[in-house]
Amino acid sequence: MSDAEDIVVLIPRLRRYARALAGEHNAADDLVQDTLERAWSKLHLYRRGTDLRAWLFTVMHNVYVNQRRAARNNVPLDEDMPELAQPARETDTLVLRDLDAAIRRLAPEQREVLLLVALEDMSYGEAAEALGVPIGTVMSRLSRGWEKLRAMLSGLPAGGKQLKIVK
Amino acid sequence: MASTPQEDAELKALSQALHQLYDPVLDEPVPERLRARNVKHARWRSVAVAAGWVALGLGAGVLAGWQLHDRRPGVPPQAEVPGFVKRAAVAHAVYSPEVRHPVEVGADQEQHLVAWLSKRLGAPLRAPKLEDVGYSLVGGRLLPDESSVAGAPASVAQFMYQCKQGTRITLYVRTNAVGNRETAFRFAAEGNVKVFYWIDRKLGYALSSADIGKDVLMNVANAVYQQLNP
Repeated sequence: MSDAEDIVVLIPRLRRYARALAGEHNAADDLVQDTLERAWSKLHLYRRGTDLRAWLFTVMHNVYVNQRRAARNNVPLDEDMPELAQPARETDTLVLRDLDAAIRRLAPEQREVLLLVALEDMSYGEAAEALGVPIGTVMSRLSRGWEKLRAMLSGLPAGGKQLKIVK
Repeated sequence: MASTPQEDAELKALSQALHQLYDPVLDEPVPERLRARNVKHARWRSVAVAAGWVALGLGAGVLAGWQLHDRRPGVPPQAEVPGFVKRAAVAHAVYSPEVRHPVEVGADQEQHLVAWLSKRLGAPLRAPKLEDVGYSLVGGRLLPDESSVAGAPASVAQFMYQCKQGTRITLYVRTNAVGNRETAFRFAAEGNVKVFYWIDRKLGYALSSADIGKDVLMNVANAVYQQLNP
């Protein structure tokens, strides 16, 4: 397959990650579209034989950072909001939409790392390369993001039980 | 990270949950605008796409609806700034510059003030103590709310605080807040008034200021939240 065909095959994967990262449906596809435009125009910079998916995630990361920079002065802002201690829930059941809402409230840097590792199954090294940061940064962001997520989802007992998912 | 079996198990559970949440995207048809090889020349933004669908008329109505509303179930759209936040900003702009009558009931009658407002709003209110973050209570007032509940006129409360330099912030509290699932802090700017707002069960809060930075205001908002949710 050509690089171009490979890219097309990976579009659903990019959309999934974008949806998790950007949240809203259209915003996520805008992110994918901008990523693809950039990827098509920068395809000559892609080194054949290296991981195309990782390269595309790097492109998306850069586009995402630029988008956020451009949007920084827009309101309402949801980013970098401190997480609130949620009132204790009646059950220890983690509802999926709560997880989505909690992911939304993570700092974008932490959200990216968490999704690359937990959703995209990247190793710390791969995530570090995709984000252009040292591996230690990936680990500390992951650790902090995970702690925040845990705190937000008070349905998740601090010491113990596994996540229980209900649809 | 993920150094103990416990943490490994939790990360794995998180991973499974994320897949359950986002994997359906993999099965969605890829929109045409993303399949176009040279998207640079076919830069259709979602709005334009949606508008185009609508323009196709009734026949495309179903499609347009799909295009506009297709999001995975259970995930709410990006919240708009609620009306009460706008009203809070307006109330801040109107009352905070007042020199002689900034409040109806002063902080010297705090107990009466809180009891009165609690009675009128039908919910136990508290005036948080913000001395630790540099603000002291000036007093409060009762205000009409735009929305009425079951035909009965609704009321909201405004608490006003002031720092040593005279800068004022107001905490606007309303009951029967809708969408009470949402408890995150949000930020909005209405004109030159900055507002942090959040909804906690039935109470909606909006903390407004025109004169202090977002960071300082956020710090105060945190203090308010902590006190109201010990």
